[in-house]
Amino acid sequence: MRTELNVNGSIQAVEVEPRTTLLDCLRDHLGLTGAHAGCEHGVCGACTVLIDGVAVRSCLIFAVQADDFAITTIEGLSPGPGELSIIQDAFCETHGLQCGYCTPAMILTAHALLAGNPAPTRDDIVEAISGNICRCTGYAQIVEAVALAAERMRGANVPPEATRGGAARGGAASSGAIRGGAAP
Amino acid sequence: MLAADDGARVIAGGQTLVPLMAMRLARPTRLIDIGRLADLSFVRKDEAAVSPSAIVIGAVTRQCVVERHPLVAAHVPLLARAMPWIGHAATRARGTIGGSLANADPAAEISLVAVTLDATLSYRAAAGVAEIAAADFFISAMVTALPSGACLTAVRFPVWQGRIGTGFHEVSTRRSDFAVASAAAQLVIDEGGVCRRLAIAVGAVTDVPVRLHAAEQALVDTRLNPSSIRVAVYDCVCEVETAGDLHASADYRRRAAAALAERAIIDAHEDAINSHAH
Repeated sequence: MRTELNVNGSIQAVEVEPRTTLLDCLRDHLGLTGAHAGCEHGVCGACTVLIDGVAVRSCLIFAVQADDFAITTIEGLSPGPGELSIIQDAFCETHGLQCGYCTPAMILTAHALLAGNPAPTRDDIVEAISGNICRCTGYAQIVEAVALAAERMRGANVPPEATRGGAARGGAASSGAIRGGAAP
Repeated sequence: MLAADDGARVIAGGQTLVPLMAMRLARPTRLIDIGRLADLSFVRKDEAAVSPSAIVIGAVTRQCVVERHPLVAAHVPLLARAMPWIGHAATRARGTIGGSLANADPAAEISLVAVTLDATLSYRAAAGVAEIAAADFFISAMVTALPSGACLTAVRFPVWQGRIGTGFHEVSTRRSDFAVASAAAQLVIDEGGVCRRLAIAVGAVTDVPVRLHAAEQALVDTRLNPSSIRVAVYDCVCEVETAGDLHASADYRRRAAAALAERAIIDAHEDAINSHAH
């Protein structure tokens, strides 16, 4: 079946079998291997991608069901070639990864969390990543990474006028913050 | 399409069916995706009155929507309380209310709440539309009374009036994993502190959610206290034939169910004392 997917901001036409999961389509048809195949039945969370900004399991949705949604993979978070997003950078800094297998999904899950909740408590972070299994770090540094990223995004995203007494409520939740651009 | 093909299955969120397919436990010949039918995605009052008698939720309403819906929080607080326990945020983002009910997993929280609150399920079949009580809908693990070729369309949760309180507890191996035992309670107390209405049910311990009717009868029209709650619940749970498996023995499930049911009623009682009348 031919279907068109909006992946990381560009429309891609793919020819897939109806039974092909979005995960397999991203990896095998579009070469986006940052979405990892773990358990392939919705338990481990390694395949997490964003659909319209919300974290979902790409192994539990068929590619042909995903048309008309804005799909974001880990490849879409980087602000430019060789650059890291604020969340990615925070994971490096706090040693929030070892083998890296769960990492893209952890970062996308964190991205979805921070989009809706710029100042999460530790419990909020733990709850958000509770569906993502990590078998290396023991989660402590991952939680630390998300908290650090949240702090930096809150700080980085105050528009210049806010420092002069204007409204401080900018796009703390928008992807503009991730891409490192100044808020309009 | 559904009626013409025995092997066809309806898919909505796919959060139960696709794992079953991945494990080859389900091998549908055809999938009919109803996930984007806007007509089946809604949360509304049964009528326009200020205090509604029921809240109706469309079958393909996503769980994350119900979790945050103000009508659910205001009028079906037990459901609102149970929603965060369902899977993880990433599965609630796709999973639907009707999908969870139609799959009838013994550990499903929505099924437990539906049985606790005497919800009514609506479905459409070739013969037309029909309704069935939640208590009659669940037959066994993953087996329901939904006729072949029928599709669930909505579920109606009755709204309780008065000073109500709710409680929900479950135990699982990992946060938000499948429950090995769960309990849901909703009750009403009057101005004098007497319990006037109580619904208590346990889930995940047998093939279908079980109402503890004997405990309800023993406790209604009494002033609840920890010892009366304990006696009523334990006497009743003794009669429940619990199931044992890899994750928990039948005896463990019985003990856990009793303890969780007791806590759920205690929480509901405290909640009612601290709440204002509806």
